Amino acid sequence: MSTSRPRPIGLLTATLALLRKDLLIEWRTRARLNAIIFFALATLLMFSFALGPDTKLLEKNAGGYFWLAILFASVLALGESFRVESENACMDGIRLAPADARAIFLSKALGNTLLLTALGVLLVPVMVALYGVRIVTSVVDLGLILLLGSLALSAPGTVYAAISSNARARDVLLPLLLFPLVIPALLSAAKATTLVLQGDPMRQFDSWAGLLGGFNLIYWGVGFLLFPRIIED
Amino acid sequence: MPPLSAAPALALHDVSKRYGRRWALARLTYALPAGRSLLLTGHNGSGKTTLLRLLATALSPTAGRVEVLGRDAVMERDAVRRDVALLSHASFLYEDLTAHQNLTVLARLLGLPSPADAASAELTRVGLDRRSDSPVRSFSAGMRKRLAIARLLLKAPTIALLDEPFGELDPAGIRDMEAIIAELKGSGVTVILATHLIEQGLTLCEERLHLQEGRAVAA
Repeated sequence: MSTSRPRPIGLLTATLALLRKDLLIEWRTRARLNAIIFFALATLLMFSFALGPDTKLLEKNAGGYFWLAILFASVLALGESFRVESENACMDGIRLAPADARAIFLSKALGNTLLLTALGVLLVPVMVALYGVRIVTSVVDLGLILLLGSLALSAPGTVYAAISSNARARDVLLPLLLFPLVIPALLSAAKATTLVLQGDPMRQFDSWAGLLGGFNLIYWGVGFLLFPRIIED
Repeated sequence: MPPLSAAPALALHDVSKRYGRRWALARLTYALPAGRSLLLTGHNGSGKTTLLRLLATALSPTAGRVEVLGRDAVMERDAVRRDVALLSHASFLYEDLTAHQNLTVLARLLGLPSPADAASAELTRVGLDRRSDSPVRSFSAGMRKRLAIARLLLKAPTIALLDEPFGELDPAGIRDMEAIIAELKGSGVTVILATHLIEQGLTLCEERLHLQEGRAVAA
């Protein structure tokens, strides 16, 4: 038997330990990453097929299609992040360790943010090639929106993935719960991305980015406070 | 060495647990003195696993109060969780991680000073040191059980909750498990054991609680 007695660890240490575990599992399997990349690529491609040869329409709405592809792919990523915990009741093992439930929320939400941000980075050149758009303002602005948008999908997505993970119809339940809630964030991210791609003569970018930041404060704050009640009996 | 406590190891006050319309435990009252070990017996569905999960704080009672080492299992959940460890039907193991990685994750959450070393020591203890770098997905049922035991030992609990610990083990594994339980008891750990192997259980535990449809009855 271990000679050292367990001692409580801080929220940050627990979050990093759990995030490291999630990234290790992702790295060893790469199943989730591969699935969401192909799904998002297929979605972008489908939009271009559905609209036909009207390149003007594609150019005009590229920001929206880009974020819809990320949103649809996020459902796969979020669901999978809790499937790993359902197998062999690993979530119980983590809870009873004991790990702070807020650390579980932060690690899952940050892991999902990293995954969605990486997906966005991969999708940008595909969007440029498929829709014939270019980055007019700055890459930094696009990176900022990508990060804020991924954060805004991940926090409520993690909460709802946890809620739906034990439901029989979890694959249906997660998008039903998530999509209505993230509409404001999706709108802000799509508008800001469109400004990056088409120019921003009225200097509206900061307003949309600020709004997205505000949604993030709400989503992450509520998730942080609610998550312990969600995963306990 | 686990801390000694004057409070009963566990105390159940009118504890009930309901799943939907079915009562898994019905107004159960019982106290286990400190330093004694308990054998839980009863047919499948009698409430043994539910009781162990209540004691582990994996569940909350529908009614009544559960105390572990004098602490309320709902109000002081984190403190109770630090003192108890559960060997469950579910292994709590990540299939895609290796045996060593699984234990290292837990060791980090436990705040142990050298997580990797602590994980290696427990793998050696349960005879899995040669397979420490194999993913759990490649393990047999018996090996998973051994790894789950290593996970429990890593926690150095004051109370060990063992749900069918002999299941899926071969005869050598059962002997090893008996030795581990005896060692746990020797080091002052309170063992609460649920098993259908009553003869083996009686040699390991001083007290017995027989459950039938969620109620304590004479064995």
